[in-house]
Amino acid sequence: MTVYLLKRLAIALITLVLASMVVFAVLEIIPGDPARLMLGLNASADQVELLRNQMGLNAPLALRYLHWAGGLLSLDFGRSYTYSVPVIDLVRERVVVSLPLALIALALSTIIAIPVGLFSAGRHGRAGDTIAMGAAQLGVAVPNFWFALMLIYLFAVWLRLVPSGGFPGWSAGVWPALKSLILPAIALALPQAAILARVTRSALIEVLNEDYIRTARAKGLPFRAVLWRHALRNAMIPVLTILGLQFAFLLAGTIIIENVFYLPGLGRLVFQAITQRDLIVVESVVMLLVAAVIAVNLLVDLSYAVVDPRLRSRQ
Amino acid sequence: MTLRFDIPEENFADILVKAFTNRSFLTGFAITIVVAAVAIVSFFWTPFDVTRLIIADKTQAPSPAHWFGTDHFGRDILSMIMVGARNSIAVALVAVGIGMGVGVPLGAFAAARGGIVDEAVMRLNDLVFAFPALLSAIMITAIFGPGALNAIIAIGIFNIPVFARVARAGTLAIWPREFILAARAAGKGKTLITLEHVLPNIVTLLLVQGTIQFALGILAEAGLSYVGLGTQPPMPSWGRMLFDAQTRMVAAPWMAIFPGMAIVVTVLGLNLLGDGIADILDPKSRRQR
Repeated sequence: MTVYLLKRLAIALITLVLASMVVFAVLEIIPGDPARLMLGLNASADQVELLRNQMGLNAPLALRYLHWAGGLLSLDFGRSYTYSVPVIDLVRERVVVSLPLALIALALSTIIAIPVGLFSAGRHGRAGDTIAMGAAQLGVAVPNFWFALMLIYLFAVWLRLVPSGGFPGWSAGVWPALKSLILPAIALALPQAAILARVTRSALIEVLNEDYIRTARAKGLPFRAVLWRHALRNAMIPVLTILGLQFAFLLAGTIIIENVFYLPGLGRLVFQAITQRDLIVVESVVMLLVAAVIAVNLLVDLSYAVVDPRLRSRQ
Repeated sequence: MTLRFDIPEENFADILVKAFTNRSFLTGFAITIVVAAVAIVSFFWTPFDVTRLIIADKTQAPSPAHWFGTDHFGRDILSMIMVGARNSIAVALVAVGIGMGVGVPLGAFAAARGGIVDEAVMRLNDLVFAFPALLSAIMITAIFGPGALNAIIAIGIFNIPVFARVARAGTLAIWPREFILAARAAGKGKTLITLEHVLPNIVTLLLVQGTIQFALGILAEAGLSYVGLGTQPPMPSWGRMLFDAQTRMVAAPWMAIFPGMAIVVTVLGLNLLGDGIADILDPKSRRQR
């Protein structure tokens, strides 16, 4: 067990280091001089050279990487070229929008998907199952940003229940802030819920064929109890795997959804940074998201052991 | 001679019968054929010319002349959807090609070699997986600029580890079989065995994954074009049409409704097709029936 945990941890760390190298290398090969960009076209070559020295751009590649990576560890990402403020401040402002959005969407998706999966698996092959899975099949095919547009049209333009976009900030109160996150969260969650419901169903159906399920039924447990207590727990491994992948997808997915709803989150920050060629911001946010994905995958790996005691005893 | 142990007791006719009684396959197949046909027809004929802007006809509601209405430049939405199908299919198809072309040899090679090579390939996979597709697409477009070609590369790169995993898993399952042992006893090398005996046996797995990635590619292209990083105007693309529609939702909702439905129908068709193929060819689901 300890060996398993240590191995997963080592893999996660190696992936993280490699990913940071990739991100660093990618932004190294982008044409354009940040110093020149900050000073504008009228700056003299001497001024640019001075700034390059100040920014440490003339140091050897390996040294610059170490400096950058070391900064990441202490949450010092450097300063934004366009805003001239520390990147971490920009990130801190935006993450309070993106993270709650992704978490709400994940929670919504799970709350919808698990019961639908249980419902379908319990009625395997019958009309209820066919209808639920037909709906799921449709849900998988819907692009979330189009679904978002339809939601805006229905709930914001027609029914005027929620704002069609923008974010008042958490300082305006929890409810108004939450209200502007509802539609984006639904738009993100439903297509994900459709995938998760399908996975839950097929994992459950697989488990329901096992001998211990027959034993549980034979000793007189009602089907519902067997489904919830025995089958669901044993079907959790594939469900958790997909949940982990979905969290990664949701974090990245907020990039598009934030654009639909004009939410001032990390996604919009990255977008503006790309158009303004503020590469240090792009670099930092990408690195943060990748680190989050790796961390979530590690958590999923560890949670296998919690969910499935058999894995714990195995070496 | 190629041994096909995966589907030994069935001949082609049996599979065909099964295909034509499988609802999921039939529906998916029909939708896919229609979408492909629409894309091909758009090369020769569309109801209206999508390159001509007729401002006098702008944002017209659906009518007998313009079934799906017109956009803010007076272009016929139906015609644009037809041409957009071409674009979506091309991007997704090439992206799947890149994913298969690089991923399958990588996965099969890793499984055949095992040991340190396998470990290295799998860690490389983890690395690519750590970058959500959209994120890598954004990075790539940040370097090389937006455009259909860069969208293809971005989606293609994301497809590589997916196919590598499928090919590796499939190869690992085939490698301990007797006919591989026989081939090795006959003195064949690993490359030859992979080509002659392993690949034909994992083709169905790859086909199923291919349709899924094709559908995902269409969604990804639409997403990238929607945020302006994919296909550039004036080439019509479904994602770009939705971007144009967003600010005109109140006045011209049809501009958003129909391109979105085109995406949904296409992706739905491909997913049903993939499910159907898996159903027909998967021995496991056969046993359950």
